[in-house]
Amino acid sequence: MAILDLANPTRFLALSARLLPWLFAACVVAFAAGLYMTFFVAPDDYQQGATVKIMYLHVPAAWLAMMCYSVMAVSSLGTLIWKHPLADVSAKAAAPIGAAFTLISLITGSLWGKPMWGTYWVWDARLTSVLVLFIMYLGLIALWRTIEDPIRAGKAAAVLTLVGAINLPIIKFSVDWWNTLHQPASVIRMDGPTIHPTILWPLLVMALAFTLLFFVMHLMAMRNEILRRRLRTMQLQAASARVGVATSQAAE
Amino acid sequence: MSGWMGALFLRELRLSLRVGGGALIGVLFFLAVITVIPFGVGPDLNLLALIGPAVLWIGALLATLLGLDRLFQADRDDGSLDLMLMSGRPLEVLVLVKCLAHWAGTGLPLVLAAPVLSIFLNLEPLAIGAVALTLLAGTPALTLIGAIGAALTVSLRRGGLLLAVLVVPFSIPVLIFGVSASGAAVTEPTPFMTPFLLLCALTLISAVVGPVAAAMALRFSSD
Repeated sequence: MAILDLANPTRFLALSARLLPWLFAACVVAFAAGLYMTFFVAPDDYQQGATVKIMYLHVPAAWLAMMCYSVMAVSSLGTLIWKHPLADVSAKAAAPIGAAFTLISLITGSLWGKPMWGTYWVWDARLTSVLVLFIMYLGLIALWRTIEDPIRAGKAAAVLTLVGAINLPIIKFSVDWWNTLHQPASVIRMDGPTIHPTILWPLLVMALAFTLLFFVMHLMAMRNEILRRRLRTMQLQAASARVGVATSQAAE
Repeated sequence: MSGWMGALFLRELRLSLRVGGGALIGVLFFLAVITVIPFGVGPDLNLLALIGPAVLWIGALLATLLGLDRLFQADRDDGSLDLMLMSGRPLEVLVLVKCLAHWAGTGLPLVLAAPVLSIFLNLEPLAIGAVALTLLAGTPALTLIGAIGAALTVSLRRGGLLLAVLVVPFSIPVLIFGVSASGAAVTEPTPFMTPFLLLCALTLISAVVGPVAAAMALRFSSD
């Protein structure tokens, strides 16, 4: 079982060190291709003009915001059910990245909304549920920062992450359940995408680029978190050793 | 209700109502919030009647959030939470009983106070009844959802603020359907029952999800 082999942090560090340069290179290539297609291949909209290009950042960021939470939810299952030692590292590393993607999608959306809808923000179901997702990311980060012991913090955050996963289908289907200003799903549909290939392909390439960016940053953050925990263990050991010396001197 | 559940319910209720329990401070806070609102938005009676149900709901939400840290904190401080964990009773049911007692001590007074306070906000009799009914159906959901946050932050010394931040996102659906149901009772064409039944459904769902997640969090916080 590959995922069980990865339970050894040293082996994970070695594997991710070999994997990261390739992922990074693929990410750079995908971004180069995606940005080129966005600016030179994809046509301007006949009504919206060049502002339609914001979509190539907005939509992948929003997808990633939800994928990132899904990764955290699966990791939380790993923490609580299989007690996988890297699962809570993965969940903790994913939270700030997910918050950043959510913020990007909110900001790009409101920048697009000002000229198109005439307002930066409306309280419709899609926008509100994504804002709730953002607050949940921040709450989870705050929870991790308040509980000192990483194992206990990981378990507490895992419970909250799983409860919060209820929000994901609400975000996805909010445009179908309620009459929103935000447009309904147009790429992932039962009867095929409803947008033109010259727009669809740049969008998909950008989505691939964002996904690769997520994996690069997630792996790097996980490596940092593992090293941070090792450092914490070493500091604790050093401190207890010093206390041990001090008490033995006091006894003499 | 079998013996131990009744005994636990009565114990929790007595502790919260007696000196040092502080259950009724929530109602005072509710009164304070409602009193502050007209100073903020101006004493226009028509406007107050319009936003009254929403103001009452927000006040009830804030008052509930404020009292949530009492749910497990005192029991953890004096060690009785550990006894409950070791008692061998199903922890989910135990949490549910504690939540019900907590609601009877803090949530129910809010529901009873709401009709009195809605006179300040110039609500019509029909709207007063609607707000009280929706609060009766909805505030248990707030307590049950809040139990998750209370269980997660029980080991923290100053967990109250974090608790509120964690719980607020999950309480938004309750607020939405509570306010829309009490608003729908006054404005004629929109149906009252649809949002009200959804509100009841939310309470029932949180009666399952809340105790299960809170019990899980309590088990993890103890080891």
